[in-house]
Amino acid sequence: MAYVPLADQDKEMEMHHPHSWVEKYVWSQDHKVIAIQYGSIAVFTGIIGLTLSVLFRLQLGFPESVDFIDPNFYYQAVTMHGMIMVVYFLTALFLGGFGNYMIPLMCGARDMVFPFMNMLSVWTFLLSVIILMASFFVGGGPTGAGWTLYPPQTAMEGTPGHDMGIVLMLISLAVFIVATTMGGLNYAVTVLQYRCRGLTMMRLPLTVWGIFVATILALFAFPALLVAAIMMLFDTLLGTSFFMPAVIEAGAPLDHNGGSPLLFQHLFWFFGHPEVYIVALPAFGLVSDVLSTHARKNIFGYRMMVWAIIAIGGLSFIVWAHHMYVSGMHPYFGFFFATTTLIIAVPTALKVYNWVLTLWEGDIRLNAPMYFAIGFIFTFIHGGLTGLFLGNVVIDLPLSDTYFVIAHFHMVMGVSPILVLFAAIYHWYPLMSGRMFHEGLAKAHFWLTFLGAYAIYLPMHYLGFLGVPRRYYQIGATDFIPASAQDLNASITIAAIFVAVAQLLFFVNIIWSLKYGKKAEKNPWGSASLEWQTPDLPPKHGNWGDELPTVYRWAYDYSVPGAHEDFIPQNTPETVEPTVDEEHFDPDQDASKADI
Amino acid sequence: MSLFKSLAVKPWERKGIIGGLRPEGAFDTSPEKVGLSYFLVIASVVFSLFMVSYVIRMELPDWQPLSEPGQLWANTLLLILSSVLFQWTRNIVSSDKPRNLMTAFFGAGLFAILFIAGQLMTWGNLQEGGFYLTSNPANAFYYLLTGLHAVHLLGGLWVWSKGAIRLLSGAEAKDLRLSVELCTLYWHFLLVVWLILFAFLANT
Ligand code: HEM
Ligand SMILES: [Cu+2]
Repeated sequence: MAYVPLADQDKEMEMHHPHSWVEKYVWSQDHKVIAIQYGSIAVFTGIIGLTLSVLFRLQLGFPESVDFIDPNFYYQAVTMHGMIMVVYFLTALFLGGFGNYMIPLMCGARDMVFPFMNMLSVWTFLLSVIILMASFFVGGGPTGAGWTLYPPQTAMEGTPGHDMGIVLMLISLAVFIVATTMGGLNYAVTVLQYRCRGLTMMRLPLTVWGIFVATILALFAFPALLVAAIMMLFDTLLGTSFFMPAVIEAGAPLDHNGGSPLLFQHLFWFFGHPEVYIVALPAFGLVSDVLSTHARKNIFGYRMMVWAIIAIGGLSFIVWAHHMYVSGMHPYFGFFFATTTLIIAVPTALKVYNWVLTLWEGDIRLNAPMYFAIGFIFTFIHGGLTGLFLGNVVIDLPLSDTYFVIAHFHMVMGVSPILVLFAAIYHWYPLMSGRMFHEGLAKAHFWLTFLGAYAIYLPMHYLGFLGVPRRYYQIGATDFIPASAQDLNASITIAAIFVAVAQLLFFVNIIWSLKYGKKAEKNPWGSASLEWQTPDLPPKHGNWGDELPTVYRWAYDYSVPGAHEDFIPQNTPETVEPTVDEEHFDPDQDASKADI
Repeated sequence: MSLFKSLAVKPWERKGIIGGLRPEGAFDTSPEKVGLSYFLVIASVVFSLFMVSYVIRMELPDWQPLSEPGQLWANTLLLILSSVLFQWTRNIVSSDKPRNLMTAFFGAGLFAILFIAGQLMTWGNLQEGGFYLTSNPANAFYYLLTGLHAVHLLGGLWVWSKGAIRLLSGAEAKDLRLSVELCTLYWHFLLVVWLILFAFLANT
């Protein structure tokens, strides 16, 4: 039987080729179009999240200077900002955007396994965003309970959006979970079943590994959020008491009785901690590939990188209670979770070492994507170190719920993944659009974002040490917080506005370059991985033209001694690899090779 | 190659084509089945987390155990029959001479529908007996867990009904093969989930 690559079976069943503009760009089943749709919706939502953050920063930096920012609005803005950024922006952009774009190309497949379901996934995601946004327009507005949605606060009279807002939030999350499940099913099955010939798991670029393991994490983590959301919906709408304890509100007892708010916290963080790695792992993968390509060196310790991704994925399920040290847990319980939390730092640190060692003696090309990738190493080390502080119970107790925590997770989960996103968008922009972006503009964008981010988050550590609590509309006069803290807050706000505006450089660059950018040549960075080896740039529907690629090597053959160029694409057959250097060329030996 | 072995290879040393007809490490089955298994894992996690929540909530003082209606035994029988008939359908579509396909296929669906009807009846009876959703967390969990299970089964019936339409409009046994195989797997899964749930509910 002739070799029929698994990923090509559908060719006989004939690919669904679009016939009209609407079919091509709206109801598209092409993974690349779906990726762009996912990405655009996520970025749009992210811009709303960013705007909200500027608004509540205005209140923090210059209290009561803006009329419409009252305490209610402040809480709503903070809550929506958090949830949007973590779930609807980062998760959707990494998995739905990059997962969709990269997986089939890097696996040498024509498309995802289930293109129709893939299309459903993006439209379901859009639906979840619409439901979320609808909560801005209902009576009472969106929920203001904090992105962690802790009960009973979510349901109390004093919390904004305690009626419709929270219900829409929960429904939107449930719909989002359906969307990611459909997407995740595609990503996982495509990676497992649709790799092209010769492409073993250990030959996959780390991008695919990161996204693949993140998908597996989502498989176990999102159900916890779903379960929590369903039970909370029951509590809110039907009056059950899963989470709601007996509460007295304005002198009168509520209808609820005996529920366990702590149960919600466990469920939420059983989702919440793996969720941070659902965002981080794809970022780890993408940045590894950018670093290796622009350093013209294979990624240092590929196997260890894969193992670390898997180890982090597994460990991330047994650390969740480090978010709950102040919930009154048994000391042994805290001890256990502190230990696991510190253990997870080991594979994480290992990855950092490997990134740095990849740069070591590399032939580094300081292109704009590389700026962002190296910037990521800085911010990630920074955020990782503060994580080690917080992982210890005794250090966490005073720091919990202060700006130190805000600083920690913004360095590690805000700035770092976003720097990777920019690195990745710039790096793969020529592939996606067929054009080059403006290099100078991109570098300006980097410096403003990178330095600006430090101007925002570095002082926050200090505020945290002072004991400035998070989630306060206004601090007012206290004994322990000096008045100068307010000056710091004002400077943070100014920096935040700067950084927010600086993002215009990015949007101007990628939109302008779509039309006026220099036409990209094929494989402009000289990348060895498969996604750059398509016959067309950008790849057409079906990706590979008539024949699927065959893979002969791993994705990191850079600067191989004796090779003609400083990279060997994955689909270059072994025999073409010129292992003889010209000086010692021995024709006899070469002739004998021809027989093999 | 085993998982651990394949994670231990040094990809920079192994050049050339590796693997035969399918990529190394791929499962030897259709992508649809892999996809369904993926979904089954998610569903199992969802049910497990609900059960963990149940156990945690049960410890709190206001919990009053619910004595499960005896009718559940009859419902269980219906679901078992449905699963058995699906297995039979599966054997029929994969045999060379398909016979009794209609009987088996529609019988399987019918018993599943009867099961859901039976579950709804227990709900009605509980309501009449004053065991409301909000009166006790044990009741709430009963409605929640059985409801969730029924919703999963309804999802299966939706796929089944698509097969039914195809069968009625003259599709042949072999065209239904994949869909029947997937349904059978799903039905067995839901039966196992139900047996665990039932045992769990009855013993708490
Ligand atoms: C070096 C490993 C890390 C350790 C030891 C660590 C530890 C911690 C601890 C103990 C907290 C709880 C602080 C508190 O609320 O009192 C925390 C919060 C948080 N961490 Fe980390 N972390 C690490 C890495 C990461 C990474 C990689 C991410 C995301 C990519 C992340 C995202 C977050 C977030 C989002 C929160 C705050 C959640 C909230 O309260 O709203 N962390 N971290
Ligand atoms: Cu955590």
